Amino acid sequence: MHTLTIAQMAAGLRERRFSSMELTQALLARLNAAQPRLNAMITLTAAPALAAAQAADAGLAAGQAGPLRGIPMVHKDIFCTEGVLTTCGSRMLSNFVSPYDATVVARLKAAGMVMLGKANMDEFAMGSSNETSFYGPVRNPWDASMVPGGSSGGSAAVVAARLAPAATATDTGGSIRQPAALCGITGLKPTYGRVSRYGMIAFASSLDQAGTLTVTAEDSALMLRAMAGFDPRDSTSVDAPVPDYAATLGDSLAGVTIGVVREFFDAGLDGACGQAVRDALKVYEKLGARLKDVSCPNLPLSVPTYYVVAPAECSSNLARFDGVRYGHRCENPRDLMDLYKRSRGEGFGAEVKRRIMTGTYVLSAGYYDAYYIKAQKVRQLIAQDFARAFGEVDVLVGPTSPTAAFPLGAKTSDPITMYLNDIYTIGANLAGIPGLSIPCGFAGGLPLGLQIMGPHFSEARLLNLAHRYQQETDWHARVPSAWVN
Amino acid sequence: MSLTRNDIESIAHLARLNLTETEIPVYVQSLSSIMNFVGELDRAKTDGITPMAHPLPGLSQRLRADEVLESDHHERYQRNAPQVAAALYVVPKVIE
Repeated sequence: MHTLTIAQMAAGLRERRFSSMELTQALLARLNAAQPRLNAMITLTAAPALAAAQAADAGLAAGQAGPLRGIPMVHKDIFCTEGVLTTCGSRMLSNFVSPYDATVVARLKAAGMVMLGKANMDEFAMGSSNETSFYGPVRNPWDASMVPGGSSGGSAAVVAARLAPAATATDTGGSIRQPAALCGITGLKPTYGRVSRYGMIAFASSLDQAGTLTVTAEDSALMLRAMAGFDPRDSTSVDAPVPDYAATLGDSLAGVTIGVVREFFDAGLDGACGQAVRDALKVYEKLGARLKDVSCPNLPLSVPTYYVVAPAECSSNLARFDGVRYGHRCENPRDLMDLYKRSRGEGFGAEVKRRIMTGTYVLSAGYYDAYYIKAQKVRQLIAQDFARAFGEVDVLVGPTSPTAAFPLGAKTSDPITMYLNDIYTIGANLAGIPGLSIPCGFAGGLPLGLQIMGPHFSEARLLNLAHRYQQETDWHARVPSAWVN
Repeated sequence: MSLTRNDIESIAHLARLNLTETEIPVYVQSLSSIMNFVGELDRAKTDGITPMAHPLPGLSQRLRADEVLESDHHERYQRNAPQVAAALYVVPKVIE
């Protein structure tokens, strides 16, 4: 039962082969058993999950339709969940019980999905290995000595180990796509503004976007349909119709032009990763797509651009954690300044403090033009590169990550080495375009990811390309041997 | 470029972060290397380029009418507060 996709579980529920209660109990047991080995979760919500499963079963019996009703899932612990601990992977929020639901949480609840708990993550979504969490690192289900990627590492590990068929996640510089690649699953970062960020704890507001981690592109289509759409509570939410993404999954790829981004095949790309991507391109040619070499010359500047823009926005967003209204407060503050400084110094971990200080520095007097304005200009150039490319091709393809998963601790001493993991994913966030990662092979027993990016609001096309590839290959259906049973 | 201990202490003060004696040299080193890394941006020719203000072309921040839409939730919200008295957030004395 645990290896079924959302679509297969939904069929089983419709045909009364099993109930949502049975699915929920089985997956809660798996999550519990896996916790000492993977540390993928921060909170399990067994009692509310069983109640939600019971309600879903009653709804299904009463003829309530919907492809997600009764399907268990987990939320990344960055989404506010009413009455449930919401930590964002930080000591700062280790005592925070959210008074309300994020829009994403409310929408998936209304669609009948059953939340099993909250997934571990890099602290405040700042990390590429899930090693910055206050709750300890998450381990990769393919090899427990390896990282799962980050920041949505817990969400990705849960889906890869088949502890739940789906998880929500967020992506500011690659935090959905990179862990999807490193864990061998499907990860979609939608267009900026496509999914509401209300109740999603803010990191960098001009880059953050919520999306899905699932086994298949089909499941991602089903979930995105329920998550996306206008929300007056998010001032960046876009009022545009939400297509039926599942309806176009099988569309022909004849005549589709795929741009192969030259800059993605750089010296930093591992040979096996590059080969897996080239093999995937052959599959697309067989499906009728045409390949075209394209260049985005400013893309190599995306990581330095990001490490000005994202820390600047993070230093502003995280200013709200003051030890006064919610979150961690230090013991016996001498005065208000001491309260602020010690509460924040104790509440935030090393990487979060590094980003806050980087952002504070680039925004400080005398440096604003040299760093922040300069970075926003280069960001414009990167966006223009993408726009020019989409004048010639329908989508862009390349690797998701320069390498497969790396050992725990391998990159924690040098922040720049860690930041360069996101070299292929950050461009999409800077330009606000959607990107998706699907499994496309293995190197040394570890999964590799293929990244597909498209113009703003082209999620249907990306999911169509991913689905057609998954009809021709079975990389996405492979389950780590330790987690088959 | 190389940041000094003084730089780090002044940034930490602006960011309202208390740093321990062991943290300071770590941040002197890592912030210096980050600022060197982002210095690569100087290579980009950006004359006449408008800084990006919104990731979606042609869009800007949406405004709404200045109307009261939310009801009073202070009791619920203050359940997460470290210290509350008479529905007020309590902090150390600010004015003598």
